[in-house]
Amino acid sequence: MIFDILFYSALFICTIGTFYKVVVWIKKSVGYENHLLPSHRFSSLIKGLISTIFSLRFIHLIQSLFIDVLFQKRILKTSTLRWGMHLLIFIGFIGLVFMHAFDAVFTEKLFPYYYSTVNPFFFLRNLFGLMVLTGIGIAIYRRYYLKPARIKNAPSDLFAILIILAIIVSGILLEGLKMASVSEFTVMVEDYAGLDYEDEDTLALETYWVKEYALVSSRVKAPFGNQVLALGLEVHETNCMDCHSPNKSAFLGYAAAKLMSPFAILLDKINGVPILYYVHILACFLGLALVPFSKMFHMISTPISLLTNAVQNKDKLFNENMMTKQLMELDACTHCSTCNLNCSAGMMYESIKNDYILPSEKIQMLKKVVSKDQLNEKEFKTLFQGLYICTNCDRCTVVCPSGIDLKSLWLSVREKLLAQSPDMPFILSAFSFVRGLNPMNVKTRDYKAPINKAFKTTTSVINKTEPLTIGIRENETNFTIDLPPVNTFSHCFGCQNCSTICPVVASFEAPEEDLIMMPHQIMYSLGLGLVDMAKDSAMIWNCLSCYQCQENCPQNVTVCDILFQLKNKTFQNFQDKGQ
Amino acid sequence: MNYTLFLGCNIPARVPQYQDAAKAVCHKLGIDLTPINEFMCCGYPMRNIDEFVFLVSAARNLALAEQQQKDLMVLCKCCYGSLKMAQFHLKENQDILEKVNILLAKENLIYKGNIIIKHFLTVLHEDIGLKKLKAKVKTKYKKLKIAASVGCHALRPAKITQFDTPAVPTLFDDLVKLTGAKSIDWSKKSECCGAPLLGINDELSQHIMEKKLSNAKEAGADFISVACPYSFLQFDAFQSKIAKHRGDKETLGAVLYPQLLGLVMGIDSSTLGIQSHQINIASLESYLSDETKNE
Repeated sequence: MIFDILFYSALFICTIGTFYKVVVWIKKSVGYENHLLPSHRFSSLIKGLISTIFSLRFIHLIQSLFIDVLFQKRILKTSTLRWGMHLLIFIGFIGLVFMHAFDAVFTEKLFPYYYSTVNPFFFLRNLFGLMVLTGIGIAIYRRYYLKPARIKNAPSDLFAILIILAIIVSGILLEGLKMASVSEFTVMVEDYAGLDYEDEDTLALETYWVKEYALVSSRVKAPFGNQVLALGLEVHETNCMDCHSPNKSAFLGYAAAKLMSPFAILLDKINGVPILYYVHILACFLGLALVPFSKMFHMISTPISLLTNAVQNKDKLFNENMMTKQLMELDACTHCSTCNLNCSAGMMYESIKNDYILPSEKIQMLKKVVSKDQLNEKEFKTLFQGLYICTNCDRCTVVCPSGIDLKSLWLSVREKLLAQSPDMPFILSAFSFVRGLNPMNVKTRDYKAPINKAFKTTTSVINKTEPLTIGIRENETNFTIDLPPVNTFSHCFGCQNCSTICPVVASFEAPEEDLIMMPHQIMYSLGLGLVDMAKDSAMIWNCLSCYQCQENCPQNVTVCDILFQLKNKTFQNFQDKGQ
Repeated sequence: MNYTLFLGCNIPARVPQYQDAAKAVCHKLGIDLTPINEFMCCGYPMRNIDEFVFLVSAARNLALAEQQQKDLMVLCKCCYGSLKMAQFHLKENQDILEKVNILLAKENLIYKGNIIIKHFLTVLHEDIGLKKLKAKVKTKYKKLKIAASVGCHALRPAKITQFDTPAVPTLFDDLVKLTGAKSIDWSKKSECCGAPLLGINDELSQHIMEKKLSNAKEAGADFISVACPYSFLQFDAFQSKIAKHRGDKETLGAVLYPQLLGLVMGIDSSTLGIQSHQINIASLESYLSDETKNE
């Protein structure tokens, strides 16, 4: 009765939670908006599903079910160790759920002679348990001991490990204590064999069980007489053997029983068996209830992500189901850090220490954005920096074992943040190259606004800041530097070669108006100590970095390098301002 | 001959035909290439924001390459320029090198400074040599005029990049000529393609690109040849986008150098990815002369 109440409550929470998640997938959005109503998104989703099922793509779906979902090829591609780990947990857990947890539903129907204590089921239960344990062991070893650079551990990862560990360990201990418990033995003897506990036969059987079945009894002690054992075996064969394979075949439970043997009598007296039973089922039900709210939700979302990406048209970066898909994909992330290990911007993370440069951490943050909607200014800036310091190498997408289309997600979220707050000078860096190719087909107005704003901001930042000194820069990590040779601008004798040869200057009819200052004027200003004036120039943001100026300077002024340094300073000021 | 191959970020993601073609050509020439999955960004885009971070990113790649004890071959000119720039600064400034190595040490890496960085074109021109290349050419182009775009980040600052003579670069022309094509003389061959400003000032980026393209067209070019994914994307993807927008049909197709070379070496055009461009360059094959070269 209590079991049923607990089980159905957990199942109810799990179902409601899953339903809530699906509603969030359809209702919320994390990327570039297309302002579709949830009802429209729902009907698009259904249309998409139906059109997939009744088309040739259905074959791809079935193929992907075997290769990606069951065989988990994408994990194998990135790491054999992780694949082994995941497959052990996956097969072990599925085995336990179907064969053991739902034995009344599945195993008994398939095998009419099923008893949980009869082989092969007795042995298999332990084998599955061992598989899960080994898998969890590898997971702990990888995450907390091996800990490759840029692997990230979150509380949710620890919870997932602990809840599985709790389920399996409590199960093994329960099985072990049941073997060792004399009260369990007595109940079985009286109910099933119809023997009286005080009978001579019972004592013989008990002796045999103490010797062979890890039972611990206060009235039977070694050494055992051969006659008694022979009688015990006879009683065992008549009454018990049909339903009890040797306890040794349940090797984990048997080992647990042997380990607990010194305290078995005490544990038995304080009702250890029912206590462990409740610990075990409560751990199971807690895990079940929390599935939609924990990392374990990937059991549902990751297969959906893998299957969706197997049939999705990759060339079409934007369609009606995009927003729904992106939300679903956030839930499909298992926080495995494979993306981080392959991220091209890894060293930028190491130097800047902004977690959101790493793909897995961006996902974590975006999950928060979905549930919270509002970020404070600092969070927003940090997230944006993380999103923008990305070379669009697409490696995260290629390696993601959950098959998440991260590439499109980043492009889309960047546009959303830019539309919300276009005040982001990062857009004036070479990281914007892919945005310039505009794979998202962002509307012209949305595309232009942040660039125009950034051009304005960079000059206003300059006007408000303290005078800057070229060549000296220290931040809190003491790691930021200017590259020597510094101050080469002081060698400038004003020949204007740099501005004459500059293709940017040549592109404007009135460069002194559009660019505010030309390269030679910037060098003059720096020479006069007018650093602010130099930085006000739009020239530095329109520099192609083609190095014509520097190459053709008769005085070896590092013109182009200096423009880079001026840009660096503006970004530095912008970040400092936010802190 | 053995090299460690540096692909960078753009090629695998957006210009896979460049690596396919380069690998096919190298295979024909007996060049063994070792790819390193752990390579990261060369640092090029980061230099805009923070030069130190740029150096760290570049140095990690150089440290990994050093472990291979082979020269490093780079396909992208911007990656090449970045890595050479980083190598130069880390050699000149020991104190910065130490700071960089502190960060690298976390992954048990150290950059010592003993790596030779070469661009793909230099490997062909210097290490293989024109003579051996010519011997591998099976058919030649006839009446084909190519505008060879040198690529600024490889060319300048020449003191650091050591790619070619900055005033009169000839390396790329030599490589074009051996295919039978004419490497035309054009005034903007060493100028920027405009890619560094794409996404920042698109009008200016377009203006710079169009000046260069019209200069090449005026000089009679049938195609513009590049050996850099940035230039390629600029001349292929960006040019085609603008042409579509304007309904312009007067485009100039971009051909990656290993594609140009690959065809005369007898490599299949699908291996070279000739069909995967946004601006169709299939007509390139029609310039191949029918008669096989007499040895």
